[in-house]
Amino acid sequence: MAAPMLRWCCPGRRFAFAWVGCGSCHRRGPPTGSTSNGKRGQSSVAQQPHFTAQKPREGEHEWAAVVGLEIHAQIASNSKLFSGSQVHFAAPPNSLVSFFDASLPGTLPVLNRRCVEAAVMTGLALDCHINRKSLFDRKHYFYADLPAGYQITQQRLPIAVNGSLAYSVCVGRKPSRMVTRTVRVKQIQLEQDSGKSLHDDLRSQTLIDLNRAEGQLRVDANISVHRPGEPLGVRTEVKNLNSARFLAKAIDYEIQRQINELENGGEILNETRSFDNRLGCTVPMRDKEGRQDYRFMPEPNLPPLLLYDSGSLPSGADPQQVINVDQLRERLPELPRVTRERLVRQYGMLPEHSCALLNEVGLLEFFQNVIKETRAEPKKVTSWVLNTFLGFLKQRNLAVSESPVTPSALAELLDLLDRKAISSSAAKQVFEELWRNDGKTPAQIVAEKKLELLQDPEALEQLCRSTLEAHPHVVMDLKRGNARAINKLIGLVRKATLGRADPTAIKEVLERQLSS
Amino acid sequence: MVKQWKQCQTLFFGGSKITADADCSHEIKRRLLLGRKVSVALKQGRVTPTELCQRCLSLIKKTKFLNAYITVSEEVALKQAEESEKRYKKGHSLGDLDGIPVAVKDNFSTSGIETTCASNMLKGDHIKRVLLRYLASLLRLRSGSTDGIFGPVKNPWSYSKQYREKRKQNFHSENEDSNWLITGGSSGGSAAAVSAFTCFAALGSDTGGSTRNPAAHCGVVGLKPSYGLVSRHGLIPLVNSMDVPGILTRCVDDAATVLGILAGHDPKDSTTIQDPVKPFTLPSLTDVSKLCIGIPKEYLTPELSSEVQSLWSKAANLFESEGAKVIEVSLPHTSYSIVCYHVLCTSEVASNMARFDGLEYGHRCDSDVSTEAMYAATRREGFNDVVRGRILSGNFFLLKENYENYFVKAQKVRRLIANDFVNVFNSGVDVLLTPTTLSEAVPYAEFIKEDNRTRSAQDDIFTQAVNMAGLPAVSVPMALSSQGLPVGLQFIGRAFCDQQLLTVAKWFEKQVQFPVIQLQELMDDCSSVFENEKLASVSVK
Repeated sequence: MAAPMLRWCCPGRRFAFAWVGCGSCHRRGPPTGSTSNGKRGQSSVAQQPHFTAQKPREGEHEWAAVVGLEIHAQIASNSKLFSGSQVHFAAPPNSLVSFFDASLPGTLPVLNRRCVEAAVMTGLALDCHINRKSLFDRKHYFYADLPAGYQITQQRLPIAVNGSLAYSVCVGRKPSRMVTRTVRVKQIQLEQDSGKSLHDDLRSQTLIDLNRAEGQLRVDANISVHRPGEPLGVRTEVKNLNSARFLAKAIDYEIQRQINELENGGEILNETRSFDNRLGCTVPMRDKEGRQDYRFMPEPNLPPLLLYDSGSLPSGADPQQVINVDQLRERLPELPRVTRERLVRQYGMLPEHSCALLNEVGLLEFFQNVIKETRAEPKKVTSWVLNTFLGFLKQRNLAVSESPVTPSALAELLDLLDRKAISSSAAKQVFEELWRNDGKTPAQIVAEKKLELLQDPEALEQLCRSTLEAHPHVVMDLKRGNARAINKLIGLVRKATLGRADPTAIKEVLERQLSS
Repeated sequence: MVKQWKQCQTLFFGGSKITADADCSHEIKRRLLLGRKVSVALKQGRVTPTELCQRCLSLIKKTKFLNAYITVSEEVALKQAEESEKRYKKGHSLGDLDGIPVAVKDNFSTSGIETTCASNMLKGDHIKRVLLRYLASLLRLRSGSTDGIFGPVKNPWSYSKQYREKRKQNFHSENEDSNWLITGGSSGGSAAAVSAFTCFAALGSDTGGSTRNPAAHCGVVGLKPSYGLVSRHGLIPLVNSMDVPGILTRCVDDAATVLGILAGHDPKDSTTIQDPVKPFTLPSLTDVSKLCIGIPKEYLTPELSSEVQSLWSKAANLFESEGAKVIEVSLPHTSYSIVCYHVLCTSEVASNMARFDGLEYGHRCDSDVSTEAMYAATRREGFNDVVRGRILSGNFFLLKENYENYFVKAQKVRRLIANDFVNVFNSGVDVLLTPTTLSEAVPYAEFIKEDNRTRSAQDDIFTQAVNMAGLPAVSVPMALSSQGLPVGLQFIGRAFCDQQLLTVAKWFEKQVQFPVIQLQELMDDCSSVFENEKLASVSVK
């Protein structure tokens, strides 16, 4: 049967755009923390090495690693970067392809305003310098899923440059030790995505989908190692990493591999590698995808992209045709770093808790909705949201939006807990019931299951007294000085109340009775 | 004029066009033909669109030997003529060109008609074509490029009474058929089609002179509009930064009418001017005393034929004698134009041709060893030597190690060439007057003695710099040479001052009274249409 043949119905193309990331530092020895910096964002080009010196340890040969990331992220837009055809996740192959996307001769690119705005906003969020004039270039290479034989990108003068992103990482085992690191961003560029090749080995065919709506985030990592004080080492590029976890694994593996290679007298080749998820190692890619001359040249069909600010806006300009950077700055949402600081300040929560709330899509909003509706302490709410609620989600591999428990229900539950209507353990039981989603309110569940705390002091007094009487040896034990024996008594009383009494209250009564 | 300069600034400083997200309605509303003037004969009912169309179709058949047409969409044309006729009857004609047969060069993508670019690469392809936006209400015929698989186009003047009589005087016995003349390229088909009366106007394309050059050889008007004035959407690119759709007609007024319809912003071409352009009519100049005509001294080259040179002087004297200021000017970087063009052109060609890989459309080889082998074989089979040579040179210039030394350097030279024109126009010159070609059309047999690169370099010597600078230029036929062949002169205007340029060209056209081509055999049974010179053009004289 025909060798690599392309079958396609009608082509498409999807676009991403991008930014560049760059590196974190790795060194040999005990890990000092997370080495990856998973980033949301756009795609990118070059790397800007970032590394810090570390005091050499005695008897240890020191290696420093330099990592640069090229991050390709898809812009959330309704239509493509250079054509009016739509963008839909999981659309049938080649169903969203315009003449331009199929690279028919005579078609021309037209820049999508939304994509430019997204690039500018990303640049602002990453503290970049926004270039008031940027250019488009053609990057040439032959590949079956690149119908024009070139990709339009921004190599020479990208839309944004020289940014930075500060982020916190946990250091060591103790979660309370957070340190702030900064990653520098070299550039953000708008870039047309290539298509997708599907290889059908059985029939010896390659199928091309020009929709380009998948692979929303893709990272290429450039990695090298060297001894501090010496010139940077030869780098390798690990391509097409699609999750932060694989990225971290690939980088760790590659650093170690390079160190081993060099320590054994070998040398590092400037090559392109791919990461094998299953084996957890990197392997060289076929060379044709490695070094090649992309023969960059200016895209003649797109004049320079000009951006304005309120000061430079030409008078009488058509608002549809100009993009005002100052206006976009005003539209920026609160950035994650600011949100985290605010949470710490406003609710007195630990920095790592503020991070945890932001790391899960929708969790912060959930948290804020609970806070709004409950009288419970923010600390209590934080603990319930991050431990109980998030724990349930993770166990079941669900997103916040898929939770059967609403913020209102949790708020009501925490209210019951707050006014001591139920014990903590009863609250957990109620939560489990809520998760089953029978449409019952926490109050209904408490009533049905008789989980409310023993409110009658006389009854508690009675139960405590009978427990003391029934266990004289524990009482003796306590009186001989074993302070922990009180816990056993508390447990016995709780059991007798079927878990409906507050341990603190039980302890009070017991102590009073014992001392009398 | 002030307004035109503003447009110019918008183009150069206005930056890239942007479109709203999810704007899938790129299929813009068809621009109706709202020309102010209406062909008198059509309007008065002296001739109907259907008659006009049938006569053109019959002439196309009679002149088949010229090789001007690749595809003749007879049914579509007649159907459109019929619709046009209905509109005329109701008094709702769409404008000046309603019902007027027009031909389109084969490198424009059109709706429902095959586009081949006269190349194997695109032949036999049946995918739906990009709709050529502005031809919605024109009749579509098409003309071919000079070279290519369909054979070269023959210049109608080879068969004219004027040329044949002169040849008989000079060479007493000779085989007439083997001595036909070239049209010049690459819009030679368009020029021949207009020259032979088979259509009233034709679209060509102009990258280095491809519209003006054949216009001069075929004795018709060839207009290269300012870059950015007319959309390139649907035009299969050669050099994107220089390509413009060209307009070929039998008189300047017709060129203006067609330009008025085509010009203006196109949301699908980010390099077009922002503002809409309204159809316009050229004023008839009576006084040229306020005009300043520049004669670039660098255009007086040794290769220029003495006959063209003397006609050029004669034209300059004509302006001067009518009161215009005629001065010698210098465009010092002109001599670098050809080599600079070579680098930029081949680079863009290499890039533009990358899409012809046989995967999505066009020719595909039978080899199935690997994707790479398939690319190689497909492209080897699909492109001829000339194109392959350009692709290889272009890729060489774009290599990382060569980019600075070739491509960037050529771009700098291009800027210098453009600045030459700016300087001249800033010094008060309104329009430049130059030859269009080195000589009149040559016989094919002589022409093919030179290799393609030398030929195109020579062809473009006077026309190319204009494309580098994005300026408007028009070739106007002036007189017949001693051999009885047309000689055209070129007027070059300021960027986006196309209207001013055409106004000057119109005055010149009126002064020189270029003779009508005499094609007796062809004219015999069509005399009723064409005996009246008025009907040979769209516009009212």
